[in-house]
Amino acid sequence: MTTIEPMPVVTARRQRRSFADGIRDGLPKLVLAPSFAIILVFVYGFILWTVYLSFTTSKMMPIYKWGGFDAYYRLWSQPNWYVAMENLAIFGVLYIGICIALGLGIAILMDQRIRAEGILRPIFLYPMALSFVVTGTAWKWFLNPGLGLENTMHNLGWTSFKFDWLVNPKMAIYTIVIAGVWQASGFVMAMFLAGLRGIDGEIIKAAQIDGASTVAIYRRIIIPLLRPIFLSAFIVLAHMAIKSYDLVIALTGGGPGNATELPSTFMYSYTFNRNQMNVGSASAVMMLMGISAIIIPYLYSELREKNR
Amino acid sequence: MSGAAETANGTVSAGSARTARYFIYATLIVLALVYLLPLYVMLTTSLKSLDEIRGGDMLALPKDPSIAAWVKAWGEACIGVSCVGIKGYFWNSIKMVVPAVFISTLLGALNGYVLTKWRFPGHRIVFGMMLFACFIPFQAVLIPMARLLGAAGMSNSTAGLVFVHVVYGLGFTTLFFRNYYEAFPDELVKAAMIDGAGFFRIFWRILLPTSGPIIVVTVIYQFTNIWNDFLFGVSFSSGEASPMTVALNNLVSSSTGVKEYNVDMAAAVFAALPTLFVYVVAGRYFVRGLMAGAVKG
Repeated sequence: MTTIEPMPVVTARRQRRSFADGIRDGLPKLVLAPSFAIILVFVYGFILWTVYLSFTTSKMMPIYKWGGFDAYYRLWSQPNWYVAMENLAIFGVLYIGICIALGLGIAILMDQRIRAEGILRPIFLYPMALSFVVTGTAWKWFLNPGLGLENTMHNLGWTSFKFDWLVNPKMAIYTIVIAGVWQASGFVMAMFLAGLRGIDGEIIKAAQIDGASTVAIYRRIIIPLLRPIFLSAFIVLAHMAIKSYDLVIALTGGGPGNATELPSTFMYSYTFNRNQMNVGSASAVMMLMGISAIIIPYLYSELREKNR
Repeated sequence: MSGAAETANGTVSAGSARTARYFIYATLIVLALVYLLPLYVMLTTSLKSLDEIRGGDMLALPKDPSIAAWVKAWGEACIGVSCVGIKGYFWNSIKMVVPAVFISTLLGALNGYVLTKWRFPGHRIVFGMMLFACFIPFQAVLIPMARLLGAAGMSNSTAGLVFVHVVYGLGFTTLFFRNYYEAFPDELVKAAMIDGAGFFRIFWRILLPTSGPIIVVTVIYQFTNIWNDFLFGVSFSSGEASPMTVALNNLVSSSTGVKEYNVDMAAAVFAALPTLFVYVVAGRYFVRGLMAGAVKG
């Protein structure tokens, strides 16, 4: 740095060129930098901020006073949080399970050289284009205990039919499962259908020549070959289940009482309505940990495979 | 391997094969009707009068179809204290969606271009971090974002929501374009470089003209997601600055006065129309976007 040397012309030119090279090399990074900075700050920085808040004594407003694990103790001593966790377990298992079973079933039926496939497929898929709020609104009306399905059944002559799940604390969570399955199962069907279309027909033919029955072909060959689709569907649905918020708000509002509380609604109400921001933050951290446990191994393996 | 299951070998008799096909068609048609039912009920209810709704059957066709409820939902329904209908909120959503989709798509295209054609050490980690950002539960950033928007004077504004949607849409748009450009031959880019074309020239003249399909996929995906968003809308806006989904929820869940189911349903139809329209017009691209968002990497 401190030594000044006479610079030969050649070197100067080379240096000038390398400066131009520098810009050229740097330009792509310069273009990417704002986006990456945005993600760093507003995703990762904000996550750290939330984590920090969960260790403070924040109430209505953020207070940056260290509170240790207090918020977590309080979170895990809230009966409400256990209700939310239990509901998430019920909702998650049924939502994922039914969506996959129904999606696979419809996909297999659709794969039997169906004539009207072009008409049927969009019908199964259109709910995915709707907002959860629209879905919730439609199903809230459809399942309305006085005027909806129950009334229709009564009009049809089935007068003892009773369907009050929407207002029945024990059953309300299942209405969310129904609406959620209605919305997402067509999408799962489309994933499976794409998978079925990708299977090599030769394998199937060989099995048929060996005299394998249709059921055996599906059970032994086709469904095992669809394993990657099962995994993708599971990841997508699990992640949607944990994030589900709009649907609950629109369909039941978390009620009756707290019967359909989920971690997402818990986080919102503790943070913004009940002025326990630290507990709300702690619940957000728990949600993030839940999703990370599913997503990080998946992304890791996907990216590794791709860049082998 | 379409149609592997039926009739392919001689052990299945023609009669039972026909029965199987009837069964398949019957099952699919019944399921399709079930999937259509909520939409049907939504539409017919919005065309009925309140008396007909209270006295009649949910599944019956409207006796005297009328768009009165639609008119009311659009221009007169009460959301909160103001009774001016949902039209203002509808426009809020449009004003939010258009710039947010445009900016996030453009940035995603540039990011995807850099991450595939101008690789640098560490590009994989950068992409991995952007990808993970797609999946975080937004609850984990809600409080800081609310603070930031408040401090910047952008809370309760369309600009604030545009910003939020661009930030949390970037991961997906980058993913879409990265995967698409990955398949674009490097040789063409190298040849252009040797001919002296620079970074932007190559993007503008070579990659962008071939990006039609992925632009459509990305725009549709972003449009649907942002239009349908509720969490950000309800967290960062209130009153007259709310987007459509929030207004719909406020309208439907308000318990004051007579419950006008037909107006609720008409408002829901308005909220559903833009995304349904896109789905009907460009369904194939819509599905492709969903798949790309689902099958990562």
